[in-house]
Amino acid sequence: MAEPVLALRDVRKQFGGLVVSDNVTFSVAPGELHAIIGPNGAGKTTLINQISGVLMPDSGTILFGGRDITRLGPPERARLGLARSFQITSVLPGFSALENVALAVQARSGSSFRFFGDAAGETALNEPALAALAEVGLADRAEVPAGHLAHGEKRALELAMALVTEPKLLLLDEPMAGTGREETARLIGVLRRLKGRFAMMLVEHDMTAVFALADRISVLIYGRIMISGTPDEVREDPQVVAAYLGDELE
Amino acid sequence: MKAPSASPSAPVTSPPRSRLRSLALPALLFVALAILPLAALAASAGYVLDLFTRVMIFSVAALSVDLLIGYAALVTFGQAAFVGIGAYAVGILSSHGITDALVALPVAMTAAGLFALLTGIVCLRTKGVYFIMITLAFGQMAFFTASSLAPYGGDDGLTLADRNTLAGLALFGRPLVFYYVVLAVLIASYALCRSLVASRFGRVLRGTKENALRMTTLGFRVYRFQLVAYVIAGMLSGLAGFLLANATEFVSPAYMSWQRSGELIIMVLLGGIGTLHGAIVGAAAFLLLEEWLAGFTEHWKMIFGPLLVLVVVFVRGGLIGIAAALGRAVARRFGRG
Ligand SMILES: Nc1ncnc2c1ncn2[C@@H]1O[C@H](COP(=O)(O)OP(=O)(O)OP(=O)(O)O)[C@@H](O)[C@H]1O
Ligand SMILES: [Mg+2]
Repeated sequence: MAEPVLALRDVRKQFGGLVVSDNVTFSVAPGELHAIIGPNGAGKTTLINQISGVLMPDSGTILFGGRDITRLGPPERARLGLARSFQITSVLPGFSALENVALAVQARSGSSFRFFGDAAGETALNEPALAALAEVGLADRAEVPAGHLAHGEKRALELAMALVTEPKLLLLDEPMAGTGREETARLIGVLRRLKGRFAMMLVEHDMTAVFALADRISVLIYGRIMISGTPDEVREDPQVVAAYLGDELE
Repeated sequence: MKAPSASPSAPVTSPPRSRLRSLALPALLFVALAILPLAALAASAGYVLDLFTRVMIFSVAALSVDLLIGYAALVTFGQAAFVGIGAYAVGILSSHGITDALVALPVAMTAAGLFALLTGIVCLRTKGVYFIMITLAFGQMAFFTASSLAPYGGDDGLTLADRNTLAGLALFGRPLVFYYVVLAVLIASYALCRSLVASRFGRVLRGTKENALRMTTLGFRVYRFQLVAYVIAGMLSGLAGFLLANATEFVSPAYMSWQRSGELIIMVLLGGIGTLHGAIVGAAAFLLLEEWLAGFTEHWKMIFGPLLVLVVVFVRGGLIGIAAALGRAVARRFGRG
């Protein structure tokens, strides 16, 4: 079996007395779309924060491409090929959609310690940025300030920013949250086309999206992975249905 | 799925016309400063020349403050320290008989840059109010250090024997020449800052101002960019200090006081933050208003303070903002007629 892109071993995180990651162990294989589902407060975002380096685990190890990244900061992890989106939309509101994505390109292409030359006019940055915007359906919104985009468009923009960094692993924290039915369908389409290009870890409450996209699903409850398996295995697990899916699949 | 409407190879630079227009105001400003001496000479008022030389020197310092506050969201409350260090470099060298700008200028800028590097390493680990307070603390540290420099005048400061020479030539001694030297420095500083904020480097600073966490998770080590910006701003202020020492032929700890740092912030707010030329307009408005009110009544500070507060609080975008709004109103009127 190929070496996993991401592997967590006994990752533990506590906020005061509250155990939010309870010895979490799981892995994401190359090209796999691994969904994490679980009720509110289960610790999904906290897990993504630890994988992207925004939070440090209390104990346990995180391997990325076989390398121990447990103690690296967010920029170092991003540079190794880890991209993420945020549950609460996180774009640069004062920058145009294009400039948001171009900045993400800039993070990967050459040094940013360049003090001369107009960054906004660099084709090497703008071309891939426009291509990514087109990919998520925002081509005609390129010049709009990100702060003025509709909610669903901001989510798509976040996706474009992540795409363009050509990550090895993309962490998505509820990309469909707060989007309408049509937007959700569109985002599912975008993610489906991206599948296989790189591995993804998708945290999502929208079960239609999860079961349409995931290769594997892990169910997280009170910080503990209850089961990891194929969508069919998870759908039929009586424990999961009782604990979580029961209400979600109505 | 919408079909992509713009091909990826479509040019995406802002249209040249809007870029020209955005340079119109600063260009106008520099032309006005360039022809001002002619008017001053006609009126045989040498003090106007001195006054505007001061305006331009403080403009350079205010530019550095705008670079930090307006583009990098680093609210520095100790910028006067760098001005003072630049000035003291000139004063101390001159008291040891080294009076050429070819030595004094690099020493002034390097000393200020070094101080920025060492203090920046500490300051930039803090955020928000803590950053403001710690830059203030380092500023005060520089102030008290200067006050205790007994061999160089201590509290009383240090009078220069003469202005710096330039490669042995006593050019700075002639007010008109010095005026144009300062103008050239101001234009060069402005051009440098303009280029910086539009560059890749400047875009990272602006992005960090918008959303630092996002920048970090994109892979930018924002601390390094902020530190470089802090050093550049420090050197620019050191340059202003070099000019200030030459203009006044005097250096004093007062150059480094926290009031001076506060004034630089007020200049930037007054002119319009995050615009660069706003810093120049603000420095001019501040110093001219101060001058005018002081000639008007001895209680001028009672008018000056509240007036500044009113402008800063009620006019978002500062004087540049007012000018832009007026410009739009005029354009609308003529556009319709
Ligand atoms: N920085 C923090 N300090 C203290 N408690 C925290 C912190 N962040 C999260 N928590 C708590 O940890 C628990 C898990 O939070 P987390 O955001 O990871 O849940 P989640 O699974 O992402 O939930 P949701 O589905 O609502 O997004 C919650 O009870 C939350 O209140
Ligand atoms: Mg969450």
